[in-house]
Parts: sequence; C-alpha cells; structure tokens
Amino acid sequence: MNDICSWTIHELVAAMEKGQVTSKEAVEAYLGRIAKVGPKLNAYITVDEEGARKAAVEADKRRAAGEATPLLGAPLAIKDLLATEGLRTTCGSKILDNFVPPYDSFAVARLKQAGAVILGKTNMDEFAMGSSNETSHYGPARNPWNTSKIPGGSSGGSAVAVAADLCAGALGSDTGGSIRQPASLCGIVGLKPTYGRVSRFGLVAFASSLDQIGPMTKDIRDAAILTSVISGHDPMDSTCSSEPLGDYLSGLEDGVEGMVVGVPDEYFIEGMDPEVEQKVREAINILEQKGATVRRISLPHTKYAVPTYYVIAPAEASSNLARYDGVKYGYRDMEAEGLSSMYCSTRNKGFGSEVKRRIMLGTYALSAGYYDAYYLKALKARTLIKRDFQEAFKDVSVIVAPTAPAAAFGLGERVDDPLKMYLSDIFTISANLAGIPGVSVPCGFTTGGEPVGLQILGSYFQEASTLRVARAVEREIGITTVKPRVDN
Amino acid sequence: MTPSEYGSRRMLSPRVNGHKVLLGVGKPGGISYILIQLKFDIQSDRRIAQGRSCAWSDYSRKKMDYEAVIGLETHVQLSTKTKIFCSCSTTFGAEPNANTCPVCLGMPGVLPVLNLEVLNRAIKVGLAVGGKIAEWTKFDRKNYFYPDLPKGYQISQYDLPIVSGGGLDIFADNAHKTIGLTRIHMEEDAGKLVHGENMGDPSSSYVDLNRTGVPLLEIVSEPDIRSSEEARRYMDKLKTILQYLEVSDCNMEEGSLRCDANISIRPVGQKEFGTRAEIKNVNSFRFLQRAIDFEIRRQTELLNEGGTVVQETRLYDEKNDRTVSMRSKEEAHDYRYFPDPDLAPMVIGKDWVERIRATLPELPDEKAKRFMAEYELPEYDALVLCSTRATADYFEQAARGAKSPKIISNWVMGEVLRVVKETGAAPADLPVTPAMLSKMVGMIDSGAISGKIAKTVFEEMAQSGLDPEKIVEQKGLTQITDTSSIEGEVDKILAANPSQVADYKAGKDKLIGFFVGQVMRATRGKASPDMVNQILKEKLK
Ligand SMILES: [Zn+2]
Repeated sequence: MNDICSWTIHELVAAMEKGQVTSKEAVEAYLGRIAKVGPKLNAYITVDEEGARKAAVEADKRRAAGEATPLLGAPLAIKDLLATEGLRTTCGSKILDNFVPPYDSFAVARLKQAGAVILGKTNMDEFAMGSSNETSHYGPARNPWNTSKIPGGSSGGSAVAVAADLCAGALGSDTGGSIRQPASLCGIVGLKPTYGRVSRFGLVAFASSLDQIGPMTKDIRDAAILTSVISGHDPMDSTCSSEPLGDYLSGLEDGVEGMVVGVPDEYFIEGMDPEVEQKVREAINILEQKGATVRRISLPHTKYAVPTYYVIAPAEASSNLARYDGVKYGYRDMEAEGLSSMYCSTRNKGFGSEVKRRIMLGTYALSAGYYDAYYLKALKARTLIKRDFQEAFKDVSVIVAPTAPAAAFGLGERVDDPLKMYLSDIFTISANLAGIPGVSVPCGFTTGGEPVGLQILGSYFQEASTLRVARAVEREIGITTVKPRVDN
Repeated sequence: MTPSEYGSRRMLSPRVNGHKVLLGVGKPGGISYILIQLKFDIQSDRRIAQGRSCAWSDYSRKKMDYEAVIGLETHVQLSTKTKIFCSCSTTFGAEPNANTCPVCLGMPGVLPVLNLEVLNRAIKVGLAVGGKIAEWTKFDRKNYFYPDLPKGYQISQYDLPIVSGGGLDIFADNAHKTIGLTRIHMEEDAGKLVHGENMGDPSSSYVDLNRTGVPLLEIVSEPDIRSSEEARRYMDKLKTILQYLEVSDCNMEEGSLRCDANISIRPVGQKEFGTRAEIKNVNSFRFLQRAIDFEIRRQTELLNEGGTVVQETRLYDEKNDRTVSMRSKEEAHDYRYFPDPDLAPMVIGKDWVERIRATLPELPDEKAKRFMAEYELPEYDALVLCSTRATADYFEQAARGAKSPKIISNWVMGEVLRVVKETGAAPADLPVTPAMLSKMVGMIDSGAISGKIAKTVFEEMAQSGLDPEKIVEQKGLTQITDTSSIEGEVDKILAANPSQVADYKAGKDKLIGFFVGQVMRATRGKASPDMVNQILKEKLK
C-alpha cells in the first residue's frame, strides 16, 4: 500500500469508491511519509495530523453512507496563505506565526465541501514574495529532484509536497508565476486560472489585482477536477467573476487537431537555458504532429512586463501589508515603548528583508511626486500588455512558451541578487498582468535530471482549452510515471 | 439589481482559537468582547498643545479690514443598518468590539463588499443638493498608520467622488446666499481610542473598533463662507436636508455629524486666498462658531502684528475656547492614495439615478415656498417651520383645512416647539396632536375660548393629552359671552374704583387696560376680552 501516496487524486478517489482503500489509510500513509521525508524537504509549515485523521474518518463515514462528492477523502495540502479556520496560517512570515484565522478561505471551504481532507499548510516565500522559497521565515523547501536546488516559489512547498508524494494534490497562489514556476521546477502541473475565476476571499493578499488561487497536481486531470471545485462566484469578493463555469473535464482528451497554437518570439530570449528551449521546442513539435497549426506571433510589450510588475505588485503590497502593525493580531514587539516605536520594531522584526524591500519599493512608487512617473505609468504599460494578448487571441487558440527561462538553480545562488531573482518570473508575469489563465505542464528533463515545464496560456476564462492542450503534451511526453528519489 | 441593502452574506464572527489575537476573550457559553490593549498611552505620545496660545485683545479699536474665507468639511454618518463593507451592525453604544467581524477588523485575506444602500444614500444626498452624480466612480485607499485604523488604510474616494458640485441656500443676516459644494464622497469611519483612569490599566490606551467601517459621507464646501454665522447656517441647512432625506441621525454627541473648518483671512477686496489653517475636532455647532471666531481673531492679530499665518492643522480646545497647533504642513501625511484593487469601479446608470430621484421627499426650500403660497405664511414662519421635517409635518397636519393657518403657525413656533425643546420628544410624539391643536385654534376662532384661556388649555393638553373640548368643559373654562353677566361684573368694578373712573373720564385713556384686567381677574379669565372692552367703553362714555 506504500504507493498510495503516488496516486493522483482521481486514482485515489476511484480506489476509495471501489472500496480498495479508505481515506483513513491514505491519510496515515501520507502522514507516515511526511514524517519520514518531510524534514529533508521542508514542504510543510504546519501538519494537521489530528484534523486530517478526524476528517478522514468523517469522509469514510460519508462514503459508507453513500455520499460521493468529487474529492471525498482525498488528502490535500494548502499553501499557507489561504486562511483555514482553526488552523494556523502564517503566510511564511514571523509576523503571522501565531495567527489562527476564525474563517476558511472560499477555496478551502469549497474543497472541504467536496470532501477533501486537509493534511496541512505548505511552505512558501514570505507573503508570496519570492521565486525560490528562500524568503520563508521557516527555511526553504527543497527541490525533491535535487535537494541542493530551490523548488521555485512562491508556492514552493505545495510544489514539493505534490512532486514528492506528500499529498495527493495541493492549492497554490500565483501573483507573478508563483504556481507555474515552482510547478515547472518540480515537474508537476500547475494552473493559474483567469483573474476572478476563483474567489480571493481568505487569500492573504500580496497584490490584490494579480493574486489568483489555483491547483498544483500530479496530472492535468487532477488540475481540472480541483479547478471545477474551487471556481465560481463568491459574493464576498467583489472582483470575483460571475462568468459561468467552464467544463474542464469532458473535452480533456479531445487533442489539439485543428487548434492554432501561437509561439511568441519574445519568449525565446538570449540567456535562457538552451536545454530548456530545446525541450520546449520538442513539445511544440509534438503539438504540430498531433494536428495543431503552430504560428509564430509577437507580444511586443513583453519586455515591459517585469518592470511593470515590480511597480504594481509592491505598490499594492505596501498597502495590503500595512495591517500587520502589532495592534490586533499576529506578532507584536512587547518590549517597544510608545506607538511609533512599537510599529517600527514590530514590523522590522516581524518582516523579512525581501518583504521590507518590496514594501519600500511600493511606498516609494505611490508617494506624492512619484505616483505618475511609476504607478500610473505601470498601469498604462499593463494595459498595453493586456492588449498584446487580446490581439494575439484573435488569431490563435492558445499561446505556448517556456514556463521559466531555466531549470531549478542552487539554493543560495541568487539570494543576494534580487534583479536576477526577479527574472525567474520573466515568462510568467505577463499572464498575471493581463489576467489570463496559464498552465505549466512537465515536458521533459534537462541532462542534469531537472524537470522542464511548458507553459500554455489561454484567453480569458479559456481554462478548458489550455488544459486540453496541456493534456495532449502530458499524454505524449508526460513524466507522471517518473518520480524523484527522495526516500533514502 | 434593486437598490437595497446588502443583506444575504455569510456572517463571520471573530472567534478565538487559542491564538494570541488581542481582540477578544472567550467565555464559557459565549464570546465576550474586550478592548484591544496597547501597552502604552498614546495620548502622551501625541504632539498636541505645543501651539502658541493666543491672548484675547480688543479688536474693536482696530479697523477690521480683513475678511474671513471659510470652507467646511463635514463628515456625516449614514444611518444604514449595517456597515459600509461588511454586515456588522452600526448600533451606537454596543459593548467594545462587539460590532466587529474579520472584515472590519482588517484580518488577513478578507475583502470588502460595498453596502449598496450607502451608494444609494450618497446619490440621494447628491441629488438633493443639486450635485452631479458621477457616471463612473471608484474607491481609493488612503494609507496611514493609526491603531484605530485596522487595515492601515481607509477606504475612501479620491479623484472620482460620487458627487461633484451642487450647493446649499442659506439665510443669514437677512439675506439669501448660496454656499457652493465641491464634492461629496463615501468612506469608512475609523474606530476609536479609549484612554483614562477607569480603564483596566490607566497607563495603556485601548482600541474599540465598533465604529470602524461605519459609512460616512464627506461633504466638502467651497470656500464661500465668510463668517461664523454663515458657517452655522450652512450646518443647520445641511442637517435639515440630511434629516429630510432620512439618511443620517445627524447626532453630534454620538459623532454622526462632525465638522472640520478651513479658515483663512485676506484683506477686503483681495482675490487671492490667505494661508489657511484647518481646525479639527469640532463637535457641536456652538463650538464651530466659537472656533471660527477664535481662529479669525488669532489670524487677524497675527497679521496685524506683522506675523504670518502658517498652514497647519489645529485642534479646537473647548475647555479653553481656543485652537492649538497639531501639525504643520511639513509634517502632513502623504496618504499615497491609489485605487482599491479589492473593489471594482462602479458605473452608475442613469435609470438608477432616476429611480433614486423619484424617492426624494419635498425638500425644505420647496416646502417653505409652498407654505408661503398655500398657507400665506410670512417667510420667517415658513423657514422656521420647515427647519425640520417633523415640525413642518406637524404644522401641515394641524393647518390643513384650518381657518387661520397663521395662528396655527404661531402656536407651533411658540408653544409646540417650546414643549419639544423642554421634553426632547419628537413633535409627532407629543401628547398634543396636530388635530388637537387645530381643534383648539378653531375654538378660539369661534369665540368659545379666549387666546389667554387657550394657553391654559394647551398646557393641560401637553400634560394630559386630553381633548381640548373636554378640558374646557371639565375645568369650566368656557368663555363668558353672556352680556348681562359681564355687565354685572363691569358695574361692580366701576363702583369699586371711582377715582380711576374719574381719571379716565378726565382723559387718561390708558386706564381702560386697568379696568379690563380687573374684570378678567374677577371672571378668572373667562370673560370674552372683546366683549369686556366693548361694554366698558359703553359704560364709561
Ligand atoms: Zn464587520
């Protein structure tokens, strides 16, 4: 029964339906595996053994009573910035180290309704600010394919937990690539849905106009299943769309015949890892062989994406993170005397250096006299980037590109070079600025044995077609049968 | 969507699950709320009262060659049932932090959702003051740190307020004048800090967030006001309109109406504005007038002494009746406004605005004009009666179909408003109903009682709520209109006062009042004064 942990969600739920395994058994298997390989990978910040066991027993009872919700009994992991009622939610930060929300985020509530069992909360860059998981207050999670390498970020813990079979599937969040980039680096599937597809209620905000919750899974089918469960309108989030849900499952195996696939010139740049480029090109060739028409396209404003993002995201963050002031909840420096010293010292000691850097960047960008030059200009650039995509999607069904310019880099390699670090997200940021959906699917390995991801971007609310194309890639060159060796 | 209060949302309550949130403590059997404690006193931290105090001096000797330029920023608390971005109650006086939820506590990950009733009321006020309703509007974040502001920003409106323009007509110094409005915008209120020796730890400040997220309208006037009297009239008028619209309680003590004043002075005839000071913390109309008067004196004295006014924020100190410096322009906040990404911009449809326009009541200016035309009242009466909707309604119910509306107006402006003021009751709740007042005035008209007796009858009605006819009957107050019995009384009085009769006959006409008084006293006020007069004049010929 040891390989239960390697099963996908749909395999596990099917086995439970057939009575081959119980949720309790699955949860015990995962808890055992987390205890065994967990310390090496540091994927979880909090493991909720008691809660998971209780929920598993409950799920088994419900199944015995004839219930069959889509995730009944499936043990999942949640990125530690999604509020979980009664379960500590740290956001990877010291400042929320003791924070236990009295509410579930919308997405988590939906998972629970669908019968999922929450194993615990996964590691992440502090407040989702990072591309390597190294800014976490709880230490970095490690890439299971090579533990001296980063897993990507910010949803690094979720990616590691899925890749190393420490859960059946997970939720992450993506502000500039935080689901897709670690999915790519850890060899799993990660989908960032259209902005507004999944309610942000209960998602601890980093950059409100960019943040989106999505699934991180072992295969495309699981991503489709989780997306169906967590999507939909929520009156508690004014930015959540009332657009009807897509059918993400029924067309999944339909293939790419007759589809037009755009390949943007701007996503194959000098300085990117040639092995990554090669794997991506091979995947594109396969799509062509399977009947898709491949077309070269241009997204001319791509070069503005990184600077635009690094104005808008920190600006919003500087305001979103103002609430962590030591007054109401979370960390407070009890030694400080007087109001301003309490504020300064609480925030100085409570936040890590990357978070502080971005708060300062954002504060500057919004300051009187700089607002027009930075924030307003960034908003204009954002509109241009959005238009690039709108134009492109008039001619193509999906756009394919590498997810990241390189495979996983070494731990500590870029911590002192924020600019280089920021470039890890160069191919993922545009989708957040435009608000379109994007999925990363494994498309092979480098010679060093590190996974490479192919990114498929779709037009607004076209999650179904991006998943369909990703499934075609997965079917031909998927790596779902290859597993990292982390057991010894 | 219909314009209605946002009602059906999941209720969230801040529960304590063993974590060290400082907002509440669980009690067996329920949750009780406590104040959030800061381990130090913020008051001693604050830099107030460092301003130079200004001595009184005698300005009557100096020629007043400055004029004041005043603009008012008024914060009006809207009386919606729930807060602006969550479903918490807005009830005043609840236990500390009882009216809070994760949204208004600014907990991580929660999001604001606009209470549509707030938008509707803002539009209503905008239409009532003749402002332009924005077709496209949005919310912005005003960023600053203070313990009463749980998110570290206030959700407000910056460059695209819901209403721009409009104005209020005021009547001051016997003239009509229009005070222009710059804008009206929606925002959320902050919480409040509690200090003081009867708190758990006197050296600490405490935070009560019940008020956080209560909806406010900020109404900004143009600098059209020239005196404290005009400022007072402007506030009166604003309050009247808001009460007519039933959008706010306008209760200054409970903080539902607050006002900041921007004041500068300039030489009479000069076009450019002088440097202004902003006076905060004024919490009554009386203090507003005093603060403005003080500030005008302070600035005038400064300029006359050859000094300059600095741009700064000043607090009104009611104990000492003065304003003191709070912070200068250099220390002013940079609020780093930017559009709130959690709230989608709003497109306000024309049909929506028209639907709200259709719900507008008759406004005080229109009503006063109608009273003048319909009831032939003098302008003064019409303005007084229409200064509150309740008084106007009372008057109208009493005056409708009455023979002499002006007499009713006198009674309403006099006795009715006196009782309202004394008892604090709303006109509609008085024991004297409009119908009773109308009946009583009818009895004066028909000669059944005298005006003097009517005062007694009114007093009795105000006490017992009995019908005026019953009171007159029970107390035997019916006017004596029987000629022979009045003649008998007159004869007795004339016989008892021969010297006065002689004086009268010798030309001291004024003595007629003396005789009338004597007769009235003898009849305990029940004799018809008209008839007494007539009979006396006959007999003294
Ligand atoms: Zn609330």
